[in-house]
Amino acid sequence: MSVLEKNEAESEEHAGHHEEPFWRKYIFSQDHKVIGIQYGFTALFFMLFGFSLMLIMRWQLAFPGKPVPIIGGLLGAANASGGIMLPEFYNQLGAMHGTIMVFLAVVPILVGAFGNYVVPLQIGAPDMAFPKLNMASYWCYLSGGLVMLASFFVPGGAANSGWTSYPPLSDIATQGQTWWLVGMVLLITSSLLGSVNFIVTIFQLRCEGLSFMRLPYMIWSQLVTAFLLLLAFPPLEAAGILQLMDRVAGTSFFLPSGLVVSGEILEVAGGGNPLLWQHLFWFLAHPEVYVLILPAMGIVAEVIANNTRKPLWGYKPMVYSAVFLGFMSFIVWAHHMFLTGMGTAISSFFQTTTMIISVPSVVILSALLMSLWGGSIRFNTPMLFALAFLPMFGIGGLTGLPLGLAPSDIHLHDTYYVIGHFHYVVAPGTIFAIFAGIYYWFPKITGRQMSELLGKLHFWPSFIFINGVFMPMFIQGLAGVSRRLYDGGSQYAHAQDVLHWNTFMSVSAWLLLVAQIPFIINLFVSIKKGAKVGANPWDATTLEWSAAPSPPVGHGNFPKVPVVVRGPYEYSPPGTDKTFLPQDAAAQEG
Amino acid sequence: MQIPYTVEARPETGLYNAKLGVWLFLASEVMLFGALFSTLILLRTGAAEWPRGSEILNVPLATLNTMVLISSSVSMVLAWAALRLQDFKKFRLWLGATFALGVGFMIIKTIEYGSKFEHHLYPSTDNFMAIYFTLTGLHGLHVLGGMIVMAYFLGPGSKMWKSEPERFTNRIEVVGLYWHFVDLVWIFLFPTLYLL
Repeated sequence: MSVLEKNEAESEEHAGHHEEPFWRKYIFSQDHKVIGIQYGFTALFFMLFGFSLMLIMRWQLAFPGKPVPIIGGLLGAANASGGIMLPEFYNQLGAMHGTIMVFLAVVPILVGAFGNYVVPLQIGAPDMAFPKLNMASYWCYLSGGLVMLASFFVPGGAANSGWTSYPPLSDIATQGQTWWLVGMVLLITSSLLGSVNFIVTIFQLRCEGLSFMRLPYMIWSQLVTAFLLLLAFPPLEAAGILQLMDRVAGTSFFLPSGLVVSGEILEVAGGGNPLLWQHLFWFLAHPEVYVLILPAMGIVAEVIANNTRKPLWGYKPMVYSAVFLGFMSFIVWAHHMFLTGMGTAISSFFQTTTMIISVPSVVILSALLMSLWGGSIRFNTPMLFALAFLPMFGIGGLTGLPLGLAPSDIHLHDTYYVIGHFHYVVAPGTIFAIFAGIYYWFPKITGRQMSELLGKLHFWPSFIFINGVFMPMFIQGLAGVSRRLYDGGSQYAHAQDVLHWNTFMSVSAWLLLVAQIPFIINLFVSIKKGAKVGANPWDATTLEWSAAPSPPVGHGNFPKVPVVVRGPYEYSPPGTDKTFLPQDAAAQEG
Repeated sequence: MQIPYTVEARPETGLYNAKLGVWLFLASEVMLFGALFSTLILLRTGAAEWPRGSEILNVPLATLNTMVLISSSVSMVLAWAALRLQDFKKFRLWLGATFALGVGFMIIKTIEYGSKFEHHLYPSTDNFMAIYFTLTGLHGLHVLGGMIVMAYFLGPGSKMWKSEPERFTNRIEVVGLYWHFVDLVWIFLFPTLYLL
């Protein structure tokens, strides 16, 4: 043991004496804070990129067959001849918009950026449990992202079988699909490394006194999310391996016998089952929905508790709901498959579980709504985004119920109604929560505040235009307009009455881009020019604010390891003159 | 900066970080192989005809391989036990034996694959061969991964024994847990593919 102690002392002395070189500190960093920022900027870039793909698609939907203005010439003759988008390119944009937004933008921001930055700070840990794995996770993610980007430049372009990559179409699609699969394997590896790391960190590195029921809700949401990522992603990896085998080694896992392609029977062994892919894919992709929403709820809970200046209403039911949600999310997947002919008995089972899973979501949303009751609310930018999350997620969630019931799903399946539903959950829902989180934790990361004026200039137009994009989708979908139509439905008689909404939605989407300009300016300018703040500008109770300076100490986060003495949201405690009581003992004395 | 519980166990969980980490990793591996076994079941139950594995595959060779892998699990435990008894020489011997058994497994597997190719049996032949090559191939990659890690701990990784003996022993325990899992996957693969 003496050798050990001596070694430790030596290595600490070592660290104290000279600075790490630039590339160790900022590029191949093992510090969870730097990795969180790396994840954040990379994912924000992908979010803007994925959003741009959709903005090009929206031109084709609003004005089918007209040359794309401004950038039409840059798209290349193979994609847009004479600036007019070709159907194949439209399909690429659609598939890659979905893939990029889900796997490269939203999840990496929620888990990679917020999870990495905030989790160790909120539980009083010096870093993640496995810093090297954490670094490897980021580099796997970046490689996966670069593979996805590179796939646009291979012959035939990027994957074009939708983000769900349903076979047999995807099995016989162009080379881009193989790149998509390779990219996905890298992203799954990254998520595996991350999820193991998060669970171990939360179980093992909580500081003294931080019991499970004293954890901030953010931590609970990240913990459940990590379990979902850990256990739901491997079946998709298996499915990816099988599809890769189909495409590269000539197997027929997803190819049935006698499949006719372009008028000829495909020369494969056959005997495969295309539905197998759907089962494996949705076994991941339904828990993935909760991966997209749970950390968002975590962020919103933090911001709401802080800005109502009162404890969360129903903290324990919210925790139990999140855990129950996690379990249930593994047995609802086939509600995406009511129309595949899998039989009414199976449909009944999955529609029942789907109705059950809506209960905990409603509990969490209601608890957040009730938390506002009697609060003296501070309407700062993070709070505005968090407040907007509540009705937006509410609309997204409630419009999902008709999709979870097999009879009504027969009408609504694969229409714009579905697109409207899940975008309400993810875009004005989760992405608004992401913005809330960025405005809320920015002072902790940089030691400076973002501009409130620019923040409000970002919030209000975004709120209006994002509804302008998605609300009409319900109208179109109820009228029966299918998704994934190259011309937005203009060839269909039943779509004619609702076709005019396409222009309205497209203009809203482009204005939504304009509304992001104040945010981009605010983000970059505030890093250098924002008003300086102290350790705890929001008067918050959780450890990252009360026990660590802004920004936290480079190695180890805390000047002194905190000891927790109470729950996470002791705002406006009765019987004292204090407006809030921080979780750790030291801050209270000071 | 020192991350807590890298060597000693946290009292509430009774585990050090890496041990919890590897258990979680193995849980995800169960889901990976579980999905592939489910694929086998679904394809087989849906097929008009499905060959008997024992008529196509080489059962004696696979039985030998089963023996090889089970022995390697035993030698893996002995390697870890040797470290607990502070006997580094014996540790090297047993871990070396485990590595050698891994090599043996891969050689036998290569012979098996080779004879399949000779008989013009490829993944594209039919769905039985497809799932056979996918499952055993993925398992083979896991064996190979384990061998790379073992080679590291026989070579440069073993320096840690001098500086942090307890942490090194933990690392070998974690490698062992992974190796037993790879062994266990084979124990499921062998009857489902070769015998049933």
